[in-house]
Amino acid sequence: MDTTFPAAAGTAGYGYADLPALISLMTGDSKHDSAAASTLDVLWVLYDRVLRVSPGTAGDDARDRFLLSKGHGPMAYYAVLAAKGFIDPAELPGYGGFGSPLGQHPDRNLVPGAEISSGSLGHGLPLATGTALGLRARGMTDPRVFVLIGDGELDEGSNHEAIAFARAARLDALHVIVVDNSSSTHGWPGGIETRFATEGWSVRRVPGRDHTALEAALTAPHPGRPHAVVAVIEPGQ
Amino acid sequence: METMRERFTSVTPDLLAADPRLALVLADITAGSFEPARMRYPDRVLNLGIREQLLVSVAAGLALAGMRPIAHTFASFLVERPFEQIKLDLNHQNVGAVLVSAGGSYDYSGSGRTHQAPGDVALLDTLPGWTVHVPGHPDEAERQLRAAAAGDGLVYIRLSSRSTMVPLEREPGKFSVLRLGAAGTVIAVGPLADEVVEATLGLDVTVLYAATIRPFDGATLRDTLRTPDVVLVEPYLAGTSAADVGRALTGIRHRVLGLGVRRAELRRYGTPAEHERAHGLDAATLRASIIGFLDA
Repeated sequence: MDTTFPAAAGTAGYGYADLPALISLMTGDSKHDSAAASTLDVLWVLYDRVLRVSPGTAGDDARDRFLLSKGHGPMAYYAVLAAKGFIDPAELPGYGGFGSPLGQHPDRNLVPGAEISSGSLGHGLPLATGTALGLRARGMTDPRVFVLIGDGELDEGSNHEAIAFARAARLDALHVIVVDNSSSTHGWPGGIETRFATEGWSVRRVPGRDHTALEAALTAPHPGRPHAVVAVIEPGQ
Repeated sequence: METMRERFTSVTPDLLAADPRLALVLADITAGSFEPARMRYPDRVLNLGIREQLLVSVAAGLALAGMRPIAHTFASFLVERPFEQIKLDLNHQNVGAVLVSAGGSYDYSGSGRTHQAPGDVALLDTLPGWTVHVPGHPDEAERQLRAAAAGDGLVYIRLSSRSTMVPLEREPGKFSVLRLGAAGTVIAVGPLADEVVEATLGLDVTVLYAATIRPFDGATLRDTLRTPDVVLVEPYLAGTSAADVGRALTGIRHRVLGLGVRRAELRRYGTPAEHERAHGLDAATLRASIIGFLDA
């Protein structure tokens, strides 16, 4: 296996173009199939343009929180964390191994920068709701909480407990990104965004690979309301 | 007499006033009693509605954000229904919380199986790190609540509408020695202690009392052991602590009788006292079971 690490581009570190090579360190191949992960572009835009968090501030109370709820297939996440300096790229080839911190589902106790351990679906949004409530209770109005879920994951009823309550609590620190790659078995008639809009959330629907559109949607103002961004990944994209 | 749940609702507002890190999370149950506290601390007294998965997850999220959460509802909806949230959002994330239940095994005898959770302590036994309090008296419940609120670990406080006449715990977390005898040891847990004391009158047995059952105070059991025969009397699923007795007495040939709520569904309503009799937990039946097992 080729375990040569891509060269970091000076003080700016790795860029978006380096992600496929970082991912291939985990897959051990050069075909980069996994670089097509539905979450890759959202994750990159979050860490590159939106989140106010860095390896140096990952322990600060005032940091933005990103919770990866869709914990299955975390290679894109690990690649972005490596690109941004949270984890050492030298850890990537060990992916999934007994001695590696990088499992097939992330563990916050093992992965620097990971806010939650995930894998079982339907836990991230409720945890993010509690985190946003906790920040509010501490009087911290600046930090924002982002959670990424999948459209299949939205099947889990626990999400809907959180969606309804977050609106009632006017939890405007809370941001949900739903990566919609049409994997929900029975679908969401009317579109996923209607499930949030009905509950009074601010909603946006954007192409899931369009960095400019993702950034605009993720940073759109939504005073007094939680915010949902549906990032659409078309079949074959 | 004041119930443990009433003590919980009277003490918690004081704790909220004293510690800005403390938060109380509810799912409608007992929310009316906490309404004055919610009005005063709207960001720290959160009633989520009837959403028990969210109850545990929000508690965990609060802890992730640096708060100390107390989550409360009936035992069946606090431990059994959202058990995966306890396993993953609390234990697996590695954050702490205080879970305060009401109703326990058969307090709501008239409500039937849906409102009875005799398996709660056994379920928590499948997870590491839980302190499990089974107070027998409101004073014990208050002390445990105050200590739990000031800590940062995983604590379950199992409030019951049944209670002992007086508090029997002497040292927090340790079994209290109510009586020393030679023919064996009876461990009475929480609200069943008065029945056990009555059941063992005149018998030459050691009687220990536990208001905290996890961690299991094996040291006191060993230190007071004469004949290595042990009877557990637990107000939840019978035999829940049998494995802990086994661990405490590793290397000692011993016998254990686990008394408590029977596994089979009663499918009866009526009163808690009737349920106690049906499970063999009234003083007369306990006495017969203890004498039969210990030759006391």
